Amino acid sequence: MAVISYRDAVRGALRDEMLRDQRVILMGESITGYGGSYAVTKGLIDEFGPKRVMETPIAEAGIVGFAVGTAMGGLLPVAELMTVNFALLALDQIVNSAAKFHYMFGGQWSVPLVIRTVSGFGQLGPTHSQTFEGWFASVPGLKVVMPSTPADARGLLLAAIRDPDPVIFIEHSLLYSTKGEVAEGADPGQDEIPIGKAKVVREGRDVTLVGYSRMLLQALQAAEVLERDDGVSCEVIDLRTLRPVDYPTVVESVRRTHQVVLCGEDWRTGGFGADLLSEIQDRCFDELDGPVQRVAMRDVPMAYSRALEKVLVPTSDQVVEAVRRLN
Amino acid sequence: MASTPGTRRAHPKRTTSRPGEAELPLGLTPAQCRRMYRQLVQIRRFEEHAAEAYAQAKIGGFLHLYIGEEAVAVGALNAARDTDHILAHYRDHGYALARGCDPKACMAELFGREDGLCHGRGGSMHLAESARHFWGGHAIVGSHIPIGAGMAYAMQYQQSDEIVLDFFGDGATGNGIFHEGLNMAALWNLPIIFICENNLYGMGATLAEESPVSEMKIKAEGYTMPAVQCDGMDVLSVYDAIQKAAEHCRSGQGPFFVEALTYRFRGHSMADPELYRAKAEVQRWRTKDPIPRFGDFCVKHGICSARELAQVNEEVEQEMLDAVAFADKSPWPEPADVARWIYAKPIDPESDGGPLAVGREVASVEPQPEVSEAGI
Repeated sequence: MAVISYRDAVRGALRDEMLRDQRVILMGESITGYGGSYAVTKGLIDEFGPKRVMETPIAEAGIVGFAVGTAMGGLLPVAELMTVNFALLALDQIVNSAAKFHYMFGGQWSVPLVIRTVSGFGQLGPTHSQTFEGWFASVPGLKVVMPSTPADARGLLLAAIRDPDPVIFIEHSLLYSTKGEVAEGADPGQDEIPIGKAKVVREGRDVTLVGYSRMLLQALQAAEVLERDDGVSCEVIDLRTLRPVDYPTVVESVRRTHQVVLCGEDWRTGGFGADLLSEIQDRCFDELDGPVQRVAMRDVPMAYSRALEKVLVPTSDQVVEAVRRLN
Repeated sequence: MASTPGTRRAHPKRTTSRPGEAELPLGLTPAQCRRMYRQLVQIRRFEEHAAEAYAQAKIGGFLHLYIGEEAVAVGALNAARDTDHILAHYRDHGYALARGCDPKACMAELFGREDGLCHGRGGSMHLAESARHFWGGHAIVGSHIPIGAGMAYAMQYQQSDEIVLDFFGDGATGNGIFHEGLNMAALWNLPIIFICENNLYGMGATLAEESPVSEMKIKAEGYTMPAVQCDGMDVLSVYDAIQKAAEHCRSGQGPFFVEALTYRFRGHSMADPELYRAKAEVQRWRTKDPIPRFGDFCVKHGICSARELAQVNEEVEQEMLDAVAFADKSPWPEPADVARWIYAKPIDPESDGGPLAVGREVASVEPQPEVSEAGI
């Protein structure tokens, strides 16, 4: 076990899988000499060369289409889209190509593609501070992963690269420098975290907090505060995968706590939490002692000014307030 | 049937001419010419029967006919190797048949049946047979252009001598994805032939309305790749252009662009009233019909007699009647299988809203034909 950053965990997974399997190639904008916008791929060009670490033109739709083609030709592409905001330019290739081929051609071939991209904010203004996991998660044919810890980032990325289906792997810019224990160098098969399995990261009795990515950390902070100040015991579940969602783990928890707060960072309207809420009330309505609470982004474009950004970003305080509304 | 590498040569040996036979151009053999003539007729008759079945509501949704453009698919695929990879647009029946896909399975796909090439999941616009390296009809205009580039990169990476043929229309050249794909192919020197079927219309838009230049090859030249035009109504002209392009790509010289000047005799789709073009124009192009044109060539060069051509026509007609009968009798896909193939590695149905919800309402009634209100 080593304590490393989320950034190094992602890079380590890429590197180890490239060493293990010649078919794995990377492609993206400024991922070679520049090292990637968030320095995730730094140094990989020196080790693997330009055939396996491909500098691409600034052409997101082209990058994903190209990656789909390399997958169909027998390679295992990991395409980096600099931020999830730019993934909008590639939506057609993601939704109409990657997600469709296995189904619409009657199972003749699959598209083993990983798209790594980044959510986050930090005075980047309205076009660079969005998060769209709910959009991707609504598409049958895609698998969607959002790790919250370095260990999960490594294990889930290894699973994603080895998965025969297209996986949208969304990192978070504010998590890159967070650190945690990671088991590096484990044997293939032992080193993956399976796609589609949630994790109960804190056990509790009174209320279930469901989160992922950065909001999972906010939920954990809120759980500490509630335990200390209110004597409320929170169970915290890290979804880790948004498609497929591990509903059995969520439902099992709700059957014990009878109260739920859903913690997300995307817009409240049409956000991923809305879908979670719908399934939870469908699967365990009679178990609920109160309305399902949601912490989400307000339906406002992200403003540049620090004073305004602060008002919009969901925080652990909002999670605390949501739990207090229930009790 | 999976094709194996090296089953056909790029430059077939010339066979000894029979007495009275004229020398054939482009290194073609009589057998190849007969095969190409049969394929032209197969595509034409397949689509005429498909149009009839569409009128009877046996085929739903959209049906885009390739009639008039057959020489492009036939000339191109015969000049390529059977192991070369092809990607096409949604007007895709011709590529499937010219690549040797079973007309029965193609027709069954149009009928939405289980025996269809894609088990009724794709339909007319999404035919594919990966074992024959036919990687699909693609129905989002231009989307398969960078995908073809990616496949070409995979071939280059694996040091394969297989190349990619990527077919699209003039309309696709107005889309950004066309430019992204060509840019990458040229940048990385990829073994791909871009084949633009310039049929003068992007659906209902005339060339003058959709493009500042009337020659699509000019757009490719901007990316520094060699680009030529050929007569898309003449199977030999297409064959010649693709043969040269394939040699260029296979020898590691990078991408090649071929613009085939062609014309569709029918509307964009079955719903097209063709208000945007004059009947006289269609009539003028019909005089260039690639089938009698190539038939005349075959007779003139002693490849076969007019009677033999008529016999091919009859055989193909029977083949297509059989294909329709087969499609008619093929079972509908099982409703219980509706969620099959969403993933290659299936997910736990308890962990997903879709399959769980579907499982609750499995229908078992015979699907009734509906008259399509389709516009596209």
